[in-house]
Amino acid sequence: MSDPILDLQNLNAYYGDFQALYGVDLTLQPNEVVAVIGANGAGKSTLMKSITGMISNDPGAVRFHGDSIGALRADQIAAKGIALVPEGRQLFPSLSVEENLLIGGKVGRSGAWNLSKVYDLFPVLRERRSQSSTSLSGGQQQMVAIGRALMANPELILFDEISLGLAPVVIKQIYSALPDIVGEGMSALIVEQDISKALSVSSRVFCMMEGRIALESKTSEVTHDQITAAYFGVEA
Amino acid sequence: MEWISAIVQGILLGGLYALFAAGLSLIFGVMRLVNIAHGDLIIFAAYMALSTTMLLGVHPFVAVLIVVPLMAGLGYLLQRGLLNHTLGSDILPPLLVTFGLSVIIQNALLEVFTADPRKLNGGPIETASIDLVGVGIGWLPLLTFAIAVGIIAGLQYIFYRTELGRSFRAVSDNQDIAQLMGLNKAHIFGLAMAMALAVVAVAGILLGMRTSFDPAIGGGRLIFGFEAVIIGGLGNIWGTLAGGVILGVAQTIGAKFDPGYQILSGHIAFLLVLAVRPNGLFPRVEH
Repeated sequence: MSDPILDLQNLNAYYGDFQALYGVDLTLQPNEVVAVIGANGAGKSTLMKSITGMISNDPGAVRFHGDSIGALRADQIAAKGIALVPEGRQLFPSLSVEENLLIGGKVGRSGAWNLSKVYDLFPVLRERRSQSSTSLSGGQQQMVAIGRALMANPELILFDEISLGLAPVVIKQIYSALPDIVGEGMSALIVEQDISKALSVSSRVFCMMEGRIALESKTSEVTHDQITAAYFGVEA
Repeated sequence: MEWISAIVQGILLGGLYALFAAGLSLIFGVMRLVNIAHGDLIIFAAYMALSTTMLLGVHPFVAVLIVVPLMAGLGYLLQRGLLNHTLGSDILPPLLVTFGLSVIIQNALLEVFTADPRKLNGGPIETASIDLVGVGIGWLPLLTFAIAVGIIAGLQYIFYRTELGRSFRAVSDNQDIAQLMGLNKAHIFGLAMAMALAVVAVAGILLGMRTSFDPAIGGGRLIFGFEAVIIGGLGNIWGTLAGGVILGVAQTIGAKFDPGYQILSGHIAFLLVLAVRPNGLFPRVEH
């Protein structure tokens, strides 16, 4: 195994006095796609916030290419090459589709992704480039959110609940684009409620429960019973 | 003809009020900060221009070159050093802190410059006028109005056509996500305040050439600015010009009946607009 691109060691995260993550250990290798699953409130979104700097943690608890980034601001972490496709898409409503994408490029990292490449990946966005982002359908908005993250040319991209609230046909469309995305030498961390979708694109899976990692396994080796046990906290 | 003259004067006066309002609108639009010290900062800029003209012996228009960058720099430092720390989910701290700032600025000006009314000496342009079919139009009010239109057009351009404006709007929409996109909101807010205080500097100099000023009149300018913003509609930069003009015309027409009615009629116009259109005449347009 090569050196991990992302290395979480004994990560504890807090919202004020409330502790949301307890000693989470997780590593991600270059070009690897890892899925994080778990029930609501298991700590998946907190994990995302901790990695991207929306929550400040112990500096050494989050390492990216060996650098301690746990206490950096979100913009500093973005500049190092981590991008997030946030839950609920969270586009900028007063910006057009193209402006949303351009904001993603503000990080100023050079690489393979640019406007025309994002438009090639999602041709419908090219047609709607000057529309308000709020006028798009949910699936199209999700494409903008993914494109916006890609515009930063990250080395690691985090997907937070990208299928939430979307029609199955749209989810299928979005997931079929994933290989094109991570094929560009990018690592990805996918947080999903839709377990089968998450497992279908990842090589390893982590299951979270009550702020802890309850299961870590290769996707090819994990059993249905193991997931059920880790997901619900009961022995099947 | 006297009435037409009053209306024209009111429109031109509205340009000055629009400049008061533009800075307020910008600050509120980007960071949801209601700046109670805005009027006092206008007066502060006027005094800064007064000091510049006296120390260097230059015309107030030349003082612009010094006061605008100084105020912009002050704005950036003020935002990053003080106001950023007050921003959060609670709207009270920024109100209290800018209110405190207002008291501090007034008293500091009082200590340094005393309560005597002062004025910037603009020279012949202050009294020069042109006659347009019987209506005398002062060059200074005309220039003030032109500058206001120019500045508002410039702000509009920056907001909707440049990368900086895109960052302003993104941060205004969603601070956390904007930060994820690599935008440091502390810096963006600093830039917005710098830009607002650059406009304040111009407004202060034009005010100081038009009328006399003393440390206590900032509060009144804040009210005019607020009223222009609200009349025009929150978040609409061109709306501030419309708001300023309506306020200005209401004031000059009121003054035509009785000079004592000038301020009152402005407030009445404001209340009327608020009663009919609670969101202002031109609330925020989606782009």
